[in-house]
Amino acid sequence: MATKKGKSSAGSSNLSFWGWRRENGRVGVRNHVIILPLDDLSNAACEAVANNIKGTMALPHHYGRLQFGEDLELHFRTLIGAGSNPNVAAVVVIGIEDGWTDRVVKGIAKTGKPVVGFGIEGHGDIAIIAKASYKAKEFVQWASELKREECDISDLWVSTKCGESDTTTGLGSCPTVGNMYDKLIPKGIYGVFGETSEITGAEHICVKRAATPAIGEKWMKTFKAYQDEVIEANKVDDLSESQPTKGNIAGGLSSIEEKALGNLEKIGRNCTFIDVLKPAEAPAKGAGLYYMDTSSAAAECVTLMAAGGYVVHTFPTGQGNIIGNPIVPVIKISANPKTLRTMPEHIDVDVTGILRREMTLDTAGDALIDMIVRTSNGRLTAAEALGHREFVMTKLYRSA
Amino acid sequence: MCGKQTRRTPPREKGPVSKSNIPQFLVHSPEDNVGVVVVEDLKAGTKMLGVITENDTTIHVTAKHDIPIGHKVALKDLKEGDTVIKYGEDVGRMIGNAKEGEHVHVHNHKTKRW
Repeated sequence: MATKKGKSSAGSSNLSFWGWRRENGRVGVRNHVIILPLDDLSNAACEAVANNIKGTMALPHHYGRLQFGEDLELHFRTLIGAGSNPNVAAVVVIGIEDGWTDRVVKGIAKTGKPVVGFGIEGHGDIAIIAKASYKAKEFVQWASELKREECDISDLWVSTKCGESDTTTGLGSCPTVGNMYDKLIPKGIYGVFGETSEITGAEHICVKRAATPAIGEKWMKTFKAYQDEVIEANKVDDLSESQPTKGNIAGGLSSIEEKALGNLEKIGRNCTFIDVLKPAEAPAKGAGLYYMDTSSAAAECVTLMAAGGYVVHTFPTGQGNIIGNPIVPVIKISANPKTLRTMPEHIDVDVTGILRREMTLDTAGDALIDMIVRTSNGRLTAAEALGHREFVMTKLYRSA
Repeated sequence: MCGKQTRRTPPREKGPVSKSNIPQFLVHSPEDNVGVVVVEDLKAGTKMLGVITENDTTIHVTAKHDIPIGHKVALKDLKEGDTVIKYGEDVGRMIGNAKEGEHVHVHNHKTKRW
């Protein structure tokens, strides 16, 4: 089965992988049945259902009450996006009440996948856990019989965001992702990068990578809004130890400009981005590279990209960020020999050879593509094997 | 603003620079005035081999401090107020001095933003 693709290389013209084609035509690389809480209050019931029914997974999170305006829209977009992600076969939604629960169910149902919702008020946790467990059992048994099929690489949506960066990410692991995008975007995949605050100092370079001046203008507006509304509105100092983080500084980075230039290495040399997405927004302009307006916090950003529909995440790290995601496999790439020596269990692709000048970026990019294909075919990432399931909602402001 | 002129490759030093061709530091662009130490346990006094990745040329600098892996080394004498150049771009300003071969980090380098 697909052995001819076992040693994939970017040079081969017909890269493929084995995934699950969903009702809406999108392809997933995982086959999760998720128990999705509408709100913080419903986490306990969701976790009880996931405990009852093996092979299902609860996605607990902290919000969903008294949010309003754009913050509420983002909450719904993130939950509906997570449920709609093609790595998810079926969804049980549980909320404190029926109204907003039903809104999430209806949003996910547009994909055509099985989804059902339960409201706790008027019934209590125990009755709802019982009802939801019967449904979850039905879904997981149904999903367990779905079969993978061979899909062209162009069916793959690959996101990127780096974390606990240091100077080795800018030299090695980020340009490795860039090399991958330079090779796979022309083959028709969807890509996405983001981390709006972390372009600071490289915005003059980023804006030139927009496919048209109009897209560049849209990007610059997004960038400036983040600077004005998030950073300038709330900062009390130069953000040192927050951006760059303590870990970044320990790794040798000493300014946001230096960090930003390394970050931007992830989009390679040739790709241009074709649209600027709101957080958790699904791309709608066809195959290509997109920008998503996100924070630079790893779990928030990866959760937003998963909600946007991306099914595999590539994550360069220097100092050893250990993040994972419940529904999207997060592939870790590192060029830092100290990190590979001290915490190798977290790293999927070792590109330390770049620093020793023993590995070219071309070879590193091919190694990453090979790992993307193997991961898509079912290989568990380090984060999956270690049980990292960070699902973190982005909150734009205080609730009402 | 320093670092605008193209940096010339300094003369190669004689002596036991390195046992192999594995560099102790890497530099992104010929315009850069800092490099990145890429080996662990680098000691002051080491005659370091460096590679400028953009054009694959080698340079040599003697480390004047113990510099941790991933941290920056000055490739020329830098004074307070100088612009630090990395990736051929402005990455902030010096808030202290660093002579060639010395450690450049948060104690003498700071963002120009925020």
